[in-house]
Amino acid sequence: MTSFGFDDSEIDFADGQTVGAALIDAGIYGWRVTRRGGTRRGLFCGIGVCYDCLVTVDGAPNQRACLIPARAGMTVTTQTGTGHDDLAC
Amino acid sequence: MARVVIVGAGIVGAACAFYGARAGLEVTVLERGAVAAGTTGAGEGNLLLSDKEAGPELQLALRSSLLWNELGDELGGAGFELERKGGVVVASSPEGLTALRRFAAVQRALGVDSEPLDQSQLHEAEPHLSRALAGGAFYPGDLQVQPMLAAATLLAAARRHGALVRTGVEVTGAVLADGRLTGVRTSAGTAPADYVVNASGTWGGQVSAALGAEVPILPRRGFILVTEPLPRIVRHKVYSADYVANVASDSEGLELSPVVEGTRSGTVLIGASRERVGFDRTISIPVVRQLAAQAIALFPVLARINLMRVYAGFRPYCPDHLPVIGADPRLPGLLHACGHEGAGIGLAPATGELIAHLITGQPTSVDPKPFAPERLIGQLT
Repeated sequence: MTSFGFDDSEIDFADGQTVGAALIDAGIYGWRVTRRGGTRRGLFCGIGVCYDCLVTVDGAPNQRACLIPARAGMTVTTQTGTGHDDLAC
Repeated sequence: MARVVIVGAGIVGAACAFYGARAGLEVTVLERGAVAAGTTGAGEGNLLLSDKEAGPELQLALRSSLLWNELGDELGGAGFELERKGGVVVASSPEGLTALRRFAAVQRALGVDSEPLDQSQLHEAEPHLSRALAGGAFYPGDLQVQPMLAAATLLAAARRHGALVRTGVEVTGAVLADGRLTGVRTSAGTAPADYVVNASGTWGGQVSAALGAEVPILPRRGFILVTEPLPRIVRHKVYSADYVANVASDSEGLELSPVVEGTRSGTVLIGASRERVGFDRTISIPVVRQLAAQAIALFPVLARINLMRVYAGFRPYCPDHLPVIGADPRLPGLLHACGHEGAGIGLAPATGELIAHLITGQPTSVDPKPFAPERLIGQLT
């Protein structure tokens, strides 16, 4: 087993697993909060369509956890807001 | 009380239903699909004064501008995301800026407000705009609505005035008596009518042909790119001055000019492409790529942003780029209200009001002659 960083913990994953699958395997079902209601979201469609499972990967926001292959040493962080709140004008 | 069947529940049909029902007409809307399922659901939702040159369409747009503002107050603009945000038109070259200034001066004389923006004012108005632009103009009268919500709001208001809205019902032909239209045949029986309004948008040619008095309406395909939700990074509707030339062009080929705007939900919408390829919905990756590149040239920050999806729609156009609104002289009882090309959301209220006035015999708010079907008869190919 190899692992990637998720917020303050390390998540083990099997070869070929996506970030989303590895998080579910680790018992983590929700990892984003909605922009307005602040409610928790995780995998919904699981096939890249619904954009519910967004995470920040190595600093890049709005990555779909269900599509991103897990890689050893990557840093996945919980995303808040749009992930681009610094651009507001 | 006259019975009016309106064919189509897009924004134009919805506006015809609203103004008709409010004028006391007995309105039935027949829609083969769902509300806003055609061109209304595939656009951006703009009422633009800024892109209209002097002429009848500008008169219709000015009237519509007043009516959209009135509808916002009357029906609750927040419910259909009415934003009086204004438009910013940008020119990339000094020559383009000179042409834009000249265009704006003609419009100003006709009642379209605008303010010139130099480079620093442009940056102040839109901080993320490229610094390489020559200048622009701000048009405070340009509005935005969410078109599907706007159509639904108008239909709901029409129903409060007694209108009936039937979806999943396709109009297949005419019911005639003594050479006059007295109803329509549909996939769910016949519907009696004293007047039938063809508000079927891009499919207005087919519907009018089925009724026996065809008008030439053709599809002009466009794609819209949708970004991931963002904080507000684009404050106005922003587009290149080239857009005006493209809209009016008769070229058969692909035409592209960048049009960028934010929405209430945070997504940024990127257009606008125009192609005459019939009813082909295939997404063209080269066109999508060019649209994205043009948008990035205007707003370099977009290079960091993901697209979530792309959608296609068909603008309904008449050969002379004017909508066809009014009674068909070949078939008493039939009126057309279609062919608004890319301006249907904006022009819908004035169109609906005009149709209601024509049916009830009241004085009209705009001169109906330039829109009358007569001009198109004989132009069928």
